[in-house]
Amino acid sequence: MSEDPSKSNEPIKLIDPHVHMSARTTDDYERMAASGVVALIEPAFWLGQPRTTVGAYMDYLSSLVGFERFRASQFGIHHYCTVGLNSKEANNEELAEAVMEILPLYLQKEGVVALGEIGYDDQTELEDRYLRKQIELAKEFDMVIMIHTPHRDKKRGTSRTMDVLKEHGVDPAKVAIDHNNEETVKEVLDRGFWAAFTLYPNTKMGNERMVEIVREYGSEKIFIDSAADWGVSDPLAVSKTFRLMNERGITKADIEQVCYHNALSCYGQSGQINEEDWLNPLPVDQRNLFHGNSVLRGGQTPRVDEDSLIIE
Amino acid sequence: MAFESTSALALLESWLASRLSADAQEWYNKKRADLGSDREFFLAFALVPRNLGKADLELTDQERSACTDWDPSNWTVDQAARIALLLAGPDQSFIARLEKLCATGDVGEQITLYQALILYQNPASLTQRAAEGLRSNVVPVFEAVAHRNPYPQRYFDDAAWNQMVLKALFIGSSLHPIQGLDERANEPLAATLIDSAHERWAAGREVNPELWRCVGPFINTNRLEDVKRALESDNPLSQEAARLALAASNLPEAKMLLEATEDKVLSWEEIHQALRHV
Repeated sequence: MSEDPSKSNEPIKLIDPHVHMSARTTDDYERMAASGVVALIEPAFWLGQPRTTVGAYMDYLSSLVGFERFRASQFGIHHYCTVGLNSKEANNEELAEAVMEILPLYLQKEGVVALGEIGYDDQTELEDRYLRKQIELAKEFDMVIMIHTPHRDKKRGTSRTMDVLKEHGVDPAKVAIDHNNEETVKEVLDRGFWAAFTLYPNTKMGNERMVEIVREYGSEKIFIDSAADWGVSDPLAVSKTFRLMNERGITKADIEQVCYHNALSCYGQSGQINEEDWLNPLPVDQRNLFHGNSVLRGGQTPRVDEDSLIIE
Repeated sequence: MAFESTSALALLESWLASRLSADAQEWYNKKRADLGSDREFFLAFALVPRNLGKADLELTDQERSACTDWDPSNWTVDQAARIALLLAGPDQSFIARLEKLCATGDVGEQITLYQALILYQNPASLTQRAAEGLRSNVVPVFEAVAHRNPYPQRYFDDAAWNQMVLKALFIGSSLHPIQGLDERANEPLAATLIDSAHERWAAGREVNPELWRCVGPFINTNRLEDVKRALESDNPLSQEAARLALAASNLPEAKMLLEATEDKVLSWEEIHQALRHV
């Protein structure tokens, strides 16, 4: 077994590049910060029940670039987000049209690192239409795209999404395909996309399986996230998997690629997320959310207060 | 002096002109020439930090002297450019653009918009907008209205002013950077602050020493007991604040009480600085 990086003096740095913090409590922020999370990305998604007006959608997007950013900052976590029309709500045509009108207002806000999460849910005609329209919008604004792959009929849905991206001439290096599993990973990597994995109990990946995927496919273009939201989910999934990979003999370099560097490389293409943000924070003044407090200051000891590392 | 929006625009653009690189200035000029359509304006507004950077303006004393009570000493290049683009657009679009920006703004944009309230056309009509900024849960947005901003002093009625001061204390912000704090002190505010001090004492919590600044001129026989409590507290800053409050009172008993204390009085600014570094 390699040396446990969680026991070393150098603080653990983790990024959770997909987590719906609006649905989580301050306890979660506290625990995530304590476990080493320095930055996270909150993709715009649905709220568990559909919105019926564009106003509700705007308020949600405003909170992602506004209050939620501030809330995270109070726990020393840098909050970034993605903006887009999700596949479920794309099925309400009237709402979808209105959301497409207002999306450009949000795409260039500070901390918006991608257009997403977009993709298929039931793979309907309307989902297809708004996926394509948003791909074009991302091209117009030169943005990274975060793809949500469907829960049902995943393998075909994932292939189809990549076909559509190719058809629209998108550079795969600027696309993260999320919610992968053993069935989808090979094609995603072979076609040059970033492959993200969601450690989410029961419905998506478990982290023991994740360890084996990293063992088999390496760490070059793979990263992991929790996608924790309003369902039974685990905002510590990245840090638990970090430790599990370490226990099971994945190299330190591979672990750091998968839990930190790759997400940064992928979304860093936006110019909106940068290591400097947390390694060299700006000095104190009222314009800054972070008041000069480096989250890594003072030899912080990362910890996870959980008995079991395993997510099934 | 109140700023005319046109002179504010000229001022901001002169500061930018001496600070922007040639490329950045060219980008600004291009966007500035195309502000008729909302879409172009909103995009340009959003893109300012990426194209012009976020360096401090670092105004010279001479530049600063043109500003009278408006205090842009903390402003940055992107903030100045964003406000310039907003002011340079068609007059008839101004309010609708401001409202939409406030409704959809990210944290940095909201701070920028609220700290510039004084530069907008007909600022007296924007008190509801300013109050909305104060309602924010995002402390730096609240402070963009409350701190280093002459807007509240000039345009708020006492009710709005008093809410602002009370909220500043409640959220752990500070009072010293509020412009006009002494000039706008008033009896109902003093009464509310005394009540809030009682609430905090009852809960076993600390009372922010800055609170006594707004109480000093309104000390009466009843309130003297409260100031005395601060004077006798364990916190040296509370003791200093109590002395300053007593010094601001005309009540003979207050003067007597002050004379009986040690002869060492910090300024409110020193208390503010000391609190920030606790």
